[in-house]
Amino acid sequence: MLEVRNLTKRFGGLLALSDASLDVPEGAIVGLLGPNGAGKTTCFTIIAGFTRADSGSVRLDGQDITGLPPHRICGLGMVRTFQIVQPFAGLTVQENIAVGAYLRHESRREALAEARRIGQRLGMGALLDRPAASLTIAGRKRLEIARALATGARLLLLDEVMAGLIPTEVTEIVGIIRQIRDEGHTFLMIEHVMQAVMSLAETAYVLNYGKMIAQGTPQQLVRDPAVVEAYLGHGAAARLQEAAHA
Amino acid sequence: MMRFASLGQAALVALVVVYLLAVYLLPSQVWMGFTINALAMSIVALSWNITGGFGGMASFGHAAMYGTGAYASAVLQVQFGVNAWVAFAAGIAAGALMGAFIGALAFRYGVKGSYFALVTLAFAEVLRICASAFEITGAGRGLQLTLQPGVATLQFNNDRVLTYTLLLGIVALVMALTAWLKYSRFGAYLVAVRENEDAARALGIDTYRVKVTAMAISGAFGGLAGAVYLQLWLFIDSSVVYGVSISVTALIGPIIGGAGTVWGPLVGTLGLHLLGEGAKTALHGAPGLNFVLYALVLIAALRFLPQGLMGLAARIGVLGRKGGDDA
Amino acid sequence: MSSLILPAVLNGLTMGAVYALIALGLTLIYGVLHIINFAHGSLLMLGLYAAYFLFHFWGIDPYLAIVIVVPAFFALGYVLQRGIIAPMSAGSEQNVLLVTLALSLVIDNLALYFWTSNTRTADIAYAYDTVEVLGAYLTLGRVIAFFAALLVAGLMWLFMTRTRTGAAIRAVAIEKRGAEIVGIDVGHTYALCFGIGTACVALAACLLLPTFYVTPQVGYTFVLVAFTTVVMGGMGSLPGALVAGLLLGVIEALGGLFLGESLGQLGIFVAFILTLLFRPAGLLGRRPT
Repeated sequence: MLEVRNLTKRFGGLLALSDASLDVPEGAIVGLLGPNGAGKTTCFTIIAGFTRADSGSVRLDGQDITGLPPHRICGLGMVRTFQIVQPFAGLTVQENIAVGAYLRHESRREALAEARRIGQRLGMGALLDRPAASLTIAGRKRLEIARALATGARLLLLDEVMAGLIPTEVTEIVGIIRQIRDEGHTFLMIEHVMQAVMSLAETAYVLNYGKMIAQGTPQQLVRDPAVVEAYLGHGAAARLQEAAHA
Repeated sequence: MMRFASLGQAALVALVVVYLLAVYLLPSQVWMGFTINALAMSIVALSWNITGGFGGMASFGHAAMYGTGAYASAVLQVQFGVNAWVAFAAGIAAGALMGAFIGALAFRYGVKGSYFALVTLAFAEVLRICASAFEITGAGRGLQLTLQPGVATLQFNNDRVLTYTLLLGIVALVMALTAWLKYSRFGAYLVAVRENEDAARALGIDTYRVKVTAMAISGAFGGLAGAVYLQLWLFIDSSVVYGVSISVTALIGPIIGGAGTVWGPLVGTLGLHLLGEGAKTALHGAPGLNFVLYALVLIAALRFLPQGLMGLAARIGVLGRKGGDDA
Repeated sequence: MSSLILPAVLNGLTMGAVYALIALGLTLIYGVLHIINFAHGSLLMLGLYAAYFLFHFWGIDPYLAIVIVVPAFFALGYVLQRGIIAPMSAGSEQNVLLVTLALSLVIDNLALYFWTSNTRTADIAYAYDTVEVLGAYLTLGRVIAFFAALLVAGLMWLFMTRTRTGAAIRAVAIEKRGAEIVGIDVGHTYALCFGIGTACVALAACLLLPTFYVTPQVGYTFVLVAFTTVVMGGMGSLPGALVAGLLLGVIEALGGLFLGESLGQLGIFVAFILTLLFRPAGLLGRRPT
């Protein structure tokens, strides 16, 4: 569904992304991993059209979308979320989701109805009339997903949607993502929380210093010495192996 | 438009409406004349509110659109003998074009925040200097319409009650349009752009188009305000209609009344004019002191009333479950 | 025509030095506090009145008045920032702009009320003596202003780069929180900068008065020119403000020569709009990240 080929991006002297490629098949949940500063978010911003790559291409459903502005890319069915969640503060939760829904529903009544439906589906039914600014971090992360879903997007790019959540909240979001996937959506997610990636993603890519250094199932990746070296550190690797055996 | 977050807001709006109707009954003509001025200014406040309130793009130069509306209408009537109605419509269109032009240029290059405020101010200054230099705009002398009361010439100066009623109608129309915008897709997009432009872009919003459109709508209202001013006074000159006091009045009213609300600009502008008039009477007509007062109120509002009077009223007697900032 | 160009350019340079001096204060405030001080022009107007009244009532020469007006305005600026601007703007950038706009309205209109809109001048005969430079005749007052402005720009630069206070100011400008952690009083430093900025504008007023006039509206004429200078020079850049001020003086003088007196200032505003649109980081600056 998404084909990213040979993306390269320089910021001054810093090579943020070098020849990075990845594929996201329809209906999959693909992870994008890597230590801090590896270029994950840069990769996302380029795919979603917020930044231009120096070279490389992005194709969505076979169509070349390299260099299109974000709103056009969203219109084609791919939407990103942000690592630092910022709801539209002056609006209620429902109105926030409706901003996404307006993309396919011009009338306010329909957009609000769609927002209500999606909010309920994500377990936010009781929060719909609350001001968005009053939500907890977990609530904001859900709102971020709900807004993205409301645009009618089929491919969602989630940027660290689990970061800052406590384990029970992670479990809830994992359940929600799985549920949305089963309804026919596709995910590419940047993630630090390994537990989430292990239980969600079929495939994952690992970026380090702007280069793709590995690709495989999360289980393969945690055994890959290059990945362990670059990203996980010894202690974490051991913990994850325990998790994999459990 | 008639949904209020609280009893306080409903009461504030009711107070304004009662005042506006009571003006018909007050024996002194002074009140009506004064309220006519306040209503005329509230149109440009409503214009500022579209971009500055809903869109979060505070302009310091709304006189650019106001003056363009006034001059377009005046030039057409005085220099080309065009019918007043046509010229009036052209004034609105010219304001919209000027707004769109400034917006298109500024947003194309990512100008925002304080820079946007300064760009708009500079545009107003450029236009002021041009209008005071060229013969077609009457140069330093300004432009004067021939006094010819009548429906065809849009001059109702001899009938104060009719003038007042027409102005009430225009303000109500602009507010109705504002309310309609607020509850439309465009309104939601505009607020989204104000709150977080990147998130808005990610959700499929063409933020550049939204912002330029907002400037065009705001410009149309601003041009309308300028064209109204012309028909009221039959005379314009560049230091007035492109002057900084227009730009300042345009932004103080909404901020004090409640930026980004439908009623805020009217509430704020009326309140300010009442205050200014009261001070003028108390201080025996000292020039400029009303602006000192406005400025002090503005500083106090920025510190103590971040959502203006409408925001303050919203916290009094909250109704039902909704905690938002309706109305 | 060409024989008029050189005198126009030289005249423009002398006026431009005053613009630069006004802008130095503004750009220092922007560079450190990251706020746009809309009241800067009004403070200039106050400075002009201060120098005027010292001359009018006590016969104090405006150049001598510098030793009184500049320290007084330093204190005024310090108090304005600490007492009004910082507490009233509640930390929002847009509010600062609005608070300083409100301040300028208060100052301008009170000046109008107390001092009326009459144009006043301090007539010091020698200020209008002419000096011949490269075949062009320049007024002495402007030439003094030119060299004084260059001198002050140099002193400011030394102060910022060679003194402990200057280093503290630069630290606060770059990383407020870090400066706080190492024990720099940020509120004090901000007020200090505002004071220095205001002192600059007072100095400019004293240098300007002998060859200029004062009315309550005069600040507004200068504030836009000062913004233009600051933006063109790159917000916060002292050398940039100097170069841009001189350039704008020349642009204005040539604009007046070719377009006539009434359109002369147009060149400045057009330059302002073009700079904001195409080079928001200034003529010499890098694009903001």
